Parts: sequence; structure tokens; C-alpha cells
Amino acid sequence: MYVAVKGGEKAIRNAHKLMAKRRRGDTSVPSLTLEQIAQQLSHAVARVMGEGSLYDETLAALAIKQARGDLIEAAFLMRAYRTTLPRFGYSQPIDTAKTLVERRVSATYKDLPGGQVLGPTFDYSHRLLDFALAAEEDGLEKPAETARVEDDSMPRVTDLLGDEGLMEPDPVTDEDAPVGDLTREPLSFPADRDLRLQNLARGDEGFLLALAYSTQRGYGRTHPFAGEIRYGEVEVEFFAEELGFAVTLGTIKVTECQMVNQFKGSAKTAPTFTRGYGLVFGQVERKAMSMAMVDRSMRWQELGEEPSAPAQDVEFVLSHSDNIQATGFVEHLKLPHYVDFQAELDLVRRMRGEWFEKRRQEEEEGSAAQEAAE
Amino acid sequence: MTDITSTPLSSNIEADAAVGARQKVIATLAAASAEAVAEKFNALPPQSYELVRQPETGLVMVRGRMGGTGSPFNLGEVTVTRCVVRLETGETGNAYSLGRNKQKVLQSAVIDALWQRPAMQDRIETDIIAPLAEAQQGAKETVREETEATKVNFFTMVRGDN
Repeated sequence: MYVAVKGGEKAIRNAHKLMAKRRRGDTSVPSLTLEQIAQQLSHAVARVMGEGSLYDETLAALAIKQARGDLIEAAFLMRAYRTTLPRFGYSQPIDTAKTLVERRVSATYKDLPGGQVLGPTFDYSHRLLDFALAAEEDGLEKPAETARVEDDSMPRVTDLLGDEGLMEPDPVTDEDAPVGDLTREPLSFPADRDLRLQNLARGDEGFLLALAYSTQRGYGRTHPFAGEIRYGEVEVEFFAEELGFAVTLGTIKVTECQMVNQFKGSAKTAPTFTRGYGLVFGQVERKAMSMAMVDRSMRWQELGEEPSAPAQDVEFVLSHSDNIQATGFVEHLKLPHYVDFQAELDLVRRMRGEWFEKRRQEEEEGSAAQEAAE
Repeated sequence: MTDITSTPLSSNIEADAAVGARQKVIATLAAASAEAVAEKFNALPPQSYELVRQPETGLVMVRGRMGGTGSPFNLGEVTVTRCVVRLETGETGNAYSLGRNKQKVLQSAVIDALWQRPAMQDRIETDIIAPLAEAQQGAKETVREETEATKVNFFTMVRGDN
């Protein structure tokens, strides 16, 4: 238990000043601008927006600068900032079919309508350090190749499977049905899929990656194929009450992953593929894929599967996915626990006293018995 | 729901078209950079207006759909800034935009109000909305063309299959 302490104000103030100095580093090196961070560290920015659950590139860049590149600390800053703003409402659900696609790949079909576009990716690179970047000068520019666009329609792979009846349909509820919101009510169990997806969307990338990996290694196998991964810009629409119609607020970048998994069928319904879904802010493919795999794992009950693995345990997954909560609880151990520890000290001293007393008695009894035997 | 039997169909279609045109104005200004809006705004003659709703920054919770087409769920929030102004001549202008730029939405709201003044609509369309929309369309085309150059054809290497 943490008990409030007083004092240390001057030390704390000085520590924060020192932190500011160390953050800035050598002043002969130019300070980072938020534009540089937003433009050139876009994956870090995307991660902070996703796990901070707030899409604002400039704010995320500021958080990364302030946190000296500690991305969990930066996400924490985003979560704290959002509490200072009023909530205008909920957007219309984004339509990812209308994404301005910058990347779209499928591991299930090599020829699919709209084709596969690799876009900006680390895939197929040799993971060799590029020393040309170390020597790069300002203004160095390598224009990207372009090609004429014949047809830019890109139907979802899951819809193609669905058209043939090979894919379970997406769950559809009444549009007016309430949608769970973790920012309004704390997580409680059992948690429906809306809450599970919201929790995963803001969950820690490393935690979800490890869980997804565990399912591949046999802990709750789901036989996933990356049916489709798409990344690009999508419009956000909001119904403006005062206008009486929906307005477009602008575009955000999202990564969507459709995992295609093994079958479900019954005496009444023919076997179909099943699916897991991942959707995250920015280009964060590793997390979108992990999210889709963990989403699918947690659907064991609805699909009549046996629970046997951590990734299927909804309460375990959702209770430990949030790195802001996790870091708060782990890191609070650094704060003074003097009163608590004093009690533990008293306890261990008493236990030791009793232990030594008992041993002394046993020795006395032992030597008395020995004397008697002699 | 409006009862369509009580109003002539043509006026509904006109009303829908007017809403559509206004949505395009608001969307185009929202998608433009703050610098682009400021440049267009500063080229207009000075306007007097009152603030009906001060520029205000808040949050909108973005929703996605399960599997892309299913039931909605909450994905995460975006910062949004909005503003409402009224011109001396009575037109009310609204603006919404992602981000936290208050000057941008204030200027956008004034432009939206001016667009509703019949004498100004053509000029706003020609000088502001059309060029901004064209630049936005051009930027999208560039993304599409750059993306198209990364289109790949995979060949499977088994059983003589291509």
C-alpha cells in the first residue's frame, strides 16, 4: 500500500530540471522539431496515438519529445491530455472499403481483384543497416516511381469469400444498439466483442504480439491466414446535430487486418471459414495482425471451441493489455512504501525471534535427552 | 423523417443537393491545411461577424465495424475543433476539422457563411472550394500512382502452376 509522504519538494523540482537538461542533451545539436518527429518517426507516432487512444500526430510528436522517446510514457501523456477535453460525440463508423489504399496485401490469393500493392513496407528488405542514411544530407530526395492507375477498386478479401458463402458473415446488430465504451465505463466481465476490440485497439503492441505468437506455437491454435492487410487514409464523418447532417472531419490513417481462420459448421449450417479482426490507428501492421489473431482466439465460446490457452482467456487478456494501467501498477513500486515496509520489518523480526527461540528450545531438549541417555 | 407526400418531390431533391454542396464545402475546408485556408481567407474582403460558438477543441470517438462491415465498436478518439459564426447579413457558417487549429476553423466558418450568401457563392466556389478540392484530388492521385508502382505479381513455384 502506498501512503502519502511529505517533503522532498526541492529534490523533486531539481530532478525535473535535470531531466529537462538531459532531455535536451548537447545544445550544440539542433533541437528536434515536432514536424521532424511526426514526419520521420511515423511508426513511433502511430504507436503512441494507438496506445494513447488519441489520434493527433502533432500531440503524439510532442509526447514523444517530452518522454525522450519512451513510447509508453508518451502514450500515458496522451491519455492524460484527453481527459482535459470535452467529448463532442461518436463518429459514424468508418468505411474501410473506401480507404485511399497505400498498401494492400493478401496471403490467401495471389490474384485478387484490385491486385496486391506493397506500398511503403519493410517487408522483403534485407535488414541491413543503411549507412547512406547516416551520411544523408538535408534535401536529399529520391522521388518515388509512379504508374498509371487502371482501376482502383479493391473489394475486401473477406467479402469475396463471403460472396461464395465460404466466410462467416460479420455480426450485425441494430444500429441504435448501445456500443460499449471503455472511456465511459470501466471494463467488466463478461465483455462483449465491441469492448474486446476497443481494448485490443488501445492495447500494448508487445503484449498482443506475444499472445498472438503463443497461439501460433500451439497455445490455442486458430490456423490463421492473413486474408488481407490494408493501410491507408479513411474519412471520419460526424453527425452535426446543429446542422442536421453529417460532416467530414478529415482523414485518419488506419491499418486493417482480416485474419481468415479454420472452420465452423453444424448440422444446420455448412462449414465456413471464421475470422478475426484488427483495426488500429496509423501504419502498425504487427499490432493489427496480432489484434486480429487475439480477437479470434477470444471468440472460442461463440464458436464452440475448448478453452485451453492464455490468449483465449478474455479476462486475463483484457485485464493485462493496457500498458498505461500496467506501467502504473508496476512502476508505483518505486514510490515510498515506508509504512508498509515498516510493518513487514516488524513481522519478519518477530518471525525470526520465534524461529531462534524454537531452535534454542530444541537444542536444549536435544542436549537434555543426550545427557539422560549417557 | 420528413413526410415526402406533404412536400413536392423536386424541393426535396433540391434540398438534398443543397446539403450535399454544403457538405462538400465543409469537407474541403476541413481537409485543407491551416495555411491554405488562411491564404484563401486573407484574399477575401474583410467581413464582420459574430461568434455564435467560439472555436472549441474537443474529442470525437471514432468507430469502426467488426470485420469491416459488422456491428460498430469504438476504435479511439480524435481531436476535433469546431466553430459557428454569423455574418452581419444573417448567414450562419459552421466548421469542423480534425486537429486543434482554432484559427483554421474560425476562418473556415466565415467562408462557409459567405458561401451561403447568394451573391458570394460563385466566387467562393471558384476562388476557394474548387482550387482546394482540386489540390486535394491531385494529392490523392499522386498517392494512388505511387502505390500503383508497387503492385506485385506473385508466382507460385509448385506443380508448374503459375
